[in-house]
Amino acid sequence: MTPTQLLQKWLEARLPAEARGWLAEAAAKIRRGSDTDLYRSVSLVTRKVGKADLALSGQELQQAQSAREEWDPSDWSLDQAARVYLLLVSGTDGATFLRRLDQLCDTADIGELVAFYRGLPLYPDQPRYVLRAAEGIRTSMKAVFEAVAHRNPYPSEQLPEAAWNQMVLKTLFIGSTLHPIVGLDRRTNPELARMLCDYAHERWSAGRPISPELWRCVGPYARGEMLRDLGRVLEKGTDPERTAAALALASSPDPEATGLLWAYPELCSAVNENKVSWQTLANPV
Amino acid sequence: MRFIDPHIHMSARTTDDYERMAAAGIVALIEPAFWLGQPRTQVGSYIDYMSSLVGWERFRAAQFGIHHYCTIGLNSKEANNAALAEQVLEILPRYLVKEGVVAVGEIGYDDQTPVEDKYYRAQLALAKEFDMLVQVHTPHRDKKSGTIRSMEVAVEMGVKPEHVVIDHNNEETVQDVLDRGFWAAFTIYPNTKMGNERMVEIARKYGSNRMFIDSSADWGVSDPLAVPKTARLMLDRGIAAEDVEALCYGNALKAFGQSGQMKEEHWLNPAPVDQRMLFEGNSVLRGQVPRVGEQPSVAERMDSVAFK
Repeated sequence: MTPTQLLQKWLEARLPAEARGWLAEAAAKIRRGSDTDLYRSVSLVTRKVGKADLALSGQELQQAQSAREEWDPSDWSLDQAARVYLLLVSGTDGATFLRRLDQLCDTADIGELVAFYRGLPLYPDQPRYVLRAAEGIRTSMKAVFEAVAHRNPYPSEQLPEAAWNQMVLKTLFIGSTLHPIVGLDRRTNPELARMLCDYAHERWSAGRPISPELWRCVGPYARGEMLRDLGRVLEKGTDPERTAAALALASSPDPEATGLLWAYPELCSAVNENKVSWQTLANPV
Repeated sequence: MRFIDPHIHMSARTTDDYERMAAAGIVALIEPAFWLGQPRTQVGSYIDYMSSLVGWERFRAAQFGIHHYCTIGLNSKEANNAALAEQVLEILPRYLVKEGVVAVGEIGYDDQTPVEDKYYRAQLALAKEFDMLVQVHTPHRDKKSGTIRSMEVAVEMGVKPEHVVIDHNNEETVQDVLDRGFWAAFTIYPNTKMGNERMVEIARKYGSNRMFIDSSADWGVSDPLAVPKTARLMLDRGIAAEDVEALCYGNALKAFGQSGQMKEEHWLNPAPVDQRMLFEGNSVLRGQVPRVGEQPSVAERMDSVAFK
């Protein structure tokens, strides 16, 4: 099944008859192709279908993954699903789709922006939406930013390195978390590692805490001064920070990193025996 | 006691205001679309302004635990630029159906020109078409006759009085508004016009039925704490607590709640998606500890912040 068919099926299974009827009627109108019908219906969604959680089952989430690689609608709500569904049923070419999406975003409320950005991986002609995604990352509204950055395969597939690096750094900057970013390890690069270490120094100078997750993207490219930063965290950090530094050092191919880690046998064995991971660090029991 | 400020222009206010408002017990507010102190020259300026009312400003308020609603419309001052007004009228429907838009507003008369009349009527027609409430700004000059005219035209256009809030009332207008079955809102202005002492006397005389108060705070000299401060003064002067609650919370909720877009459960029991999305961020707080989840109780706030 396609993502559009899945969204329709999930919505139909969850909506009461009246809302289901409205959605079917709206979809039929939109298929006939008028911009006005699309804009009006998309904005009416919260009034018609509400904002309960979509709450997909494990099986439904698997269907999502089969329909679109790495698509993760696990924390979508009904209004988000319905808005993306209505966008998708318009069934137009990429250029028209982008024009309408830009129009919609220009006059969107917060809830709409979140839905539109969550839908990015499902839109036709994927490379067209890079500027749109970058615009979403530029926002100061955390929920909108996270709609692009979290549980969304679009950035890792389409963003150029500079935009990707800004996204990762900004995630930490606004107090959000790195682990829900799809493709985080795959897209790590030396420039990002440098930016993150500079950021760590800024925070240290200001006497402010640093997310242990920061070191995840530093590890693979840590060398020289960066290794000394990790050494400093191992020596003086909080427990989660020390675990993070150990995990980062373990991911570095540099022999000097291995040497640093060996000085802390307990941490070293916790890492080697998989007792700790970036996941356990993000979600402590 | 909880408060609603059903008329305040937060785009013109600072985070200090939000912080004090939250601390004083304001749980929700309505930001009417109006002008920027000087007339806009492009329809694009309206688009960005209205987008900010349903976007950035809503987010900013949420950071302080305050629920932000708005009204959307072409204000009477700027209606006098007819060429621009036409373009604005065309984009209004894009915003009227958005989540959290509780009425068409603030619309009405300023100088009571023929052009103002034309666009007031056009927007009353929109309110009918979209089955929406109307929030009416009454003129500062020639107030009484402007207020009566606003109501007569609304009725003439087929809008029900109980769907219309007549704002900026005073001692001279209130009786007419209540007699005709409209909601009567009072703006508490510091120093001039409707001061909070006068409001106490109005409450004493008229009770609390179909009346409520607001601050209309904007970029001019105004007080975003006008609602909680007036509540305290009313209590101190012996107005019954039920009346104060109705004037400063309950009636605004009843009036604008008719839109279906503003519900008490939004702040008492918010939807999980809103809790996830809006009320946990801290980007406006820039490194301060977020207040969410650790605010003092309302009673403490009233004593400690707003009234000393």
